[in-house]
Amino acid sequence: MRLEYFQLIDRIVDLSLADRKICSEATVPTASTIFEGHFPGYPLMPGVLLIEAMAQTSGWLVIAANRFERVPFLASVKEAKLRTFVTPGEVLSVEAQLMHEGSGYAVTKAKIVAKGKPVCDATLTLRVMDFPNAEMETEMRKLASRIGLALEAPVNG
Amino acid sequence: MSTTYDTIANIIAETCDIPRDSITPESHAINDLGIDSLDFLDIAFAIDKAFGIKLPLEQWTQEVNDGKATTDQYFVLKNLSARIDELVAAKGA
Repeated sequence: MRLEYFQLIDRIVDLSLADRKICSEATVPTASTIFEGHFPGYPLMPGVLLIEAMAQTSGWLVIAANRFERVPFLASVKEAKLRTFVTPGEVLSVEAQLMHEGSGYAVTKAKIVAKGKPVCDATLTLRVMDFPNAEMETEMRKLASRIGLALEAPVNG
Repeated sequence: MSTTYDTIANIIAETCDIPRDSITPESHAINDLGIDSLDFLDIAFAIDKAFGIKLPLEQWTQEVNDGKATTDQYFVLKNLSARIDELVAAKGA
């Protein structure tokens, strides 16, 4: 995780467009200014950032499914449950399943697991739009490459 | 068996917490019921699931923006019901 850049995902571990699923990995940093306030003397990964990690993982799944034609933006979070505390240094497995691709939106179910135990889960709706400009698409492609999103994977693979 | 209109009226009532008896076939989802675009995504998701279709929301929005259609054609509920029936029929054709 590069919290200062709002990059919550370190790498894509698995992507199956046939199963409409993705799994990413994210390691919570051992030090961050965020932990100075959340909380002093008892550092915890903020729940909103765990939700963001699920949203980013869902977003990469949507981008992979539409072959980088369009870009998703988080629109709603439903039934979010934060089941346990996450502390600095933990390795998180973030999974998302594409439940529905509508016209201009997508719905995913996502969850985070750490040490084999459920951390959090939610149903997410993402608006799916054209890239607002070429610069964003270029930067997103660079980031996709950095985290190992295999855009060349076959559609059914 | 529920009609298409009954199904979407129930979806709107449940999704947007709008009293069911305040929804009529003449209701305009946006102008009369105050449904915004985010709530309409939830409604579209529920309709897509209920009818096994994909409401072409982006196409409809584009047609309205281009002046080729009015919002009444797609968002007055009796008209929305008719559009859904057309999509269901096209799927089965």
